[in-house]
Amino acid sequence: MKFTLLINEGPYQHQASDTAYQFAKAALEKGHEIYRVFFYNDGVNNATRLAIPPQDDRNITENWAALGKEHELDMVVCIAAAQRRGMLDADEAGRQGKDADNIHPAFRISGLGQLVEGGIQADRLLTFGD
Amino acid sequence: MSESIKKFMFVNTKAPYGTVYALESLEVVLISAAFDQDVSLVFCDDGVFQISNNQNTEASGMKNFSNAYKALGDYDINKLYVEKESLEERGLTLDNIMDLTYEDEDWAEKPSIKLVTRAELADLMDEQDVVISS
Repeated sequence: MKFTLLINEGPYQHQASDTAYQFAKAALEKGHEIYRVFFYNDGVNNATRLAIPPQDDRNITENWAALGKEHELDMVVCIAAAQRRGMLDADEAGRQGKDADNIHPAFRISGLGQLVEGGIQADRLLTFGD
Repeated sequence: MSESIKKFMFVNTKAPYGTVYALESLEVVLISAAFDQDVSLVFCDDGVFQISNNQNTEASGMKNFSNAYKALGDYDINKLYVEKESLEERGLTLDNIMDLTYEDEDWAEKPSIKLVTRAELADLMDEQDVVISS
């Protein structure tokens, strides 16, 4: 089956991203396809490359990055939600005249149309969050 | 844009202010209009307050985005289901809800708001391809 995952909550504060990650891993192991992972609301914060969680804890962003690399996942961060929360990639930082960027290269930023299109293309769209 | 038309239902369960969910859900709804899908909205639980009349955010400093719901009809989004029990549980009636309308193919103004019971809503949800709730 082909899945699109929607993640609406930030890392550590909420388990949504962890659950989505575990789901994605299990689904891929079973031979299913993840069409897209879309990060929205505070979920965009999962894409920060600057987080430093304690060494004995999981690193949520790196977990996603590794899974994304292994399976060539399309991991999309909503640009409107990201800008609102100070999440920028290098291109966007340049365009907006900001002096830093923080989005991990495993993720790409794009518009909400990618979420709707993900819902159209997938057999199931699963939401992780409140 | 796409060969397949799916039924998308956006379920709004939270108050318009206090968290960002209502505002950011509306942003997805407006984008979805560009994809020529069969889109409907649900307002239940505290979500009914999202389309309540006479919202005034002046004292709280929040952005009042309630006027954006009035534009939905222009985007051909005209199935707005309001759950009857949610209104009743909060001491509200349809008189407290914005008069949201759309123009049909003959330019006649029609109401977009449809009052449904919890049981009817369950049936409607069952018919959907994609349900996104927040």
